[in-house]
Amino acid sequence: MPAEPAIAVDQLVKVYGATRAVDGISFALAPGSITGLLGGNGAGKTTTIAMILGLVMPTSGSAKVLGAEMPRQRYQVLHRMNFESPYIDMPHRLTVRQNLNVFGKLYAVADLSGRIADIAGQLELSEFLDRPSGKLSAGQKTRVALAKALINQPDVLLLDEPTASLDPDTADWVRERLERFRKQHGATVLLASHNMAEVERLCERVIMMKRGRIEDDDAPVRLLTRYGRQTLEEVFLDVARGRGEAREAAQ
Amino acid sequence: MSAQGTSSAASAVALAPHRVGAMVLRYLYLLRSSWPRILELIYWPTMQLFVWGFLQLYISQNAGFFARAGGMFIGAVLLWDILFRGQLGFSVSFLEEMWARNLGNLMISPLRPIEFVAALMIMSIVRLAIGMLPVSLLAIAFFGFNIYGLGLALAAFFANLILTSWSVGILVSGVLLRNGMGAESLAWTLMFVLMPLTCVYYPVATLPYWLQLISWSLPPTYVFEGMRALVITHEFRADLMAEAFALNALYFTAAVIAFLALLKSARRQGSLLQSGE
Repeated sequence: MPAEPAIAVDQLVKVYGATRAVDGISFALAPGSITGLLGGNGAGKTTTIAMILGLVMPTSGSAKVLGAEMPRQRYQVLHRMNFESPYIDMPHRLTVRQNLNVFGKLYAVADLSGRIADIAGQLELSEFLDRPSGKLSAGQKTRVALAKALINQPDVLLLDEPTASLDPDTADWVRERLERFRKQHGATVLLASHNMAEVERLCERVIMMKRGRIEDDDAPVRLLTRYGRQTLEEVFLDVARGRGEAREAAQ
Repeated sequence: MSAQGTSSAASAVALAPHRVGAMVLRYLYLLRSSWPRILELIYWPTMQLFVWGFLQLYISQNAGFFARAGGMFIGAVLLWDILFRGQLGFSVSFLEEMWARNLGNLMISPLRPIEFVAALMIMSIVRLAIGMLPVSLLAIAFFGFNIYGLGLALAAFFANLILTSWSVGILVSGVLLRNGMGAESLAWTLMFVLMPLTCVYYPVATLPYWLQLISWSLPPTYVFEGMRALVITHEFRADLMAEAFALNALYFTAAVIAFLALLKSARRQGSLLQSGE
């Protein structure tokens, strides 16, 4: 019998006034999988993630995480989830240690001081622990946000542009840590990104969105073959500019 | 309501002390990191005290009634500050999350709305204590007015005023969640609507009849009338305090219901991730 999906989205719709931000999408993510959510600005990626997190109420359809319907049953699973995004911050005046302490307590993390030392070591934050979060560089702030996202060792991790505004070296470093965390903990990861190289490297499956709908959904290798392209970026441009159907029809 | 709906509503109001403690700790870290924040808590109540204290001193030297009712203005100032600073202490702690763009982190954590509200209530008392304790000592030193001399009456006044301040704070926070920082000015100004209506510095009988009806629907009115009765006739009006408690219970319940409804509306509008203007 197949395992229950870690995330199951069924006919999910979100309407804001006259805009259908998400328009009837469905997908299911297997436990322990890592999936990329690709799409241009306004494609509906962030709204989809917000509905999975229970931050936004769907207009219709359902989003289930670890069997709990979001947002109605969110308190059954929020302690097993976490999220990182450059669009939300950690309090700037608090030190890194104070921030991790507060969030660790909110998530009821056992042996919190040990866990903070452990994660600070893994993410090379030990020397910044007693520095105010607002006084760190962009790369250091991203690592702190990642430390907060991993503090409870989540079973489901959602990431919205986790490497935005990072230099290539730091971004690569962050990806390596994410990959390591997923392998060690068997977490399910859903990653929204504009960075094709990132998605190609990390994800075993890619869901491509455009105007609130899923335009394609496959493994990166199979997408490259089907579109006859060398890189995922070219596939993305085909989908974004509506050339996907024409290309497939021609083939 | 379905069984699932009932369990969801129940879990929204279940309260875990460790999460409330985590939020209180977060605000204490913040206060500790910023001395201007602490100074600001003391500065305005002190200014208020001196302005009204010296005015009272001047009037009492020239009018027999005010000489007998020593401390009426100072008492009113201190009680008004409990009401106003109590609400500000609640609302500013909430605004700190919006200024820090941290609301999204909290809303995806296991923190329940009622735990968030409980932490903000505790912080309103902490911030109030930081501001009011030194000011109450200054009132004794400069004007010989000892608010602690009110004894049990002070406890009743305080409890009623802080309950009203929380009700206003909870309502304002709900509006901020729903409408974003565009509604920030409400946090700073809403309480001033109550100032003339709750008759802080004059008896309710001063108002025209139709305004008196509105005035008696507000719990702080009973406190200020009770304070004047105590200072002028040395009589503790327990009946006024009981009526104020009944009204406060009503308003507090209504504020919590409104907060939960506004939070639900914010989820519908998608305004929890974008907490800007």
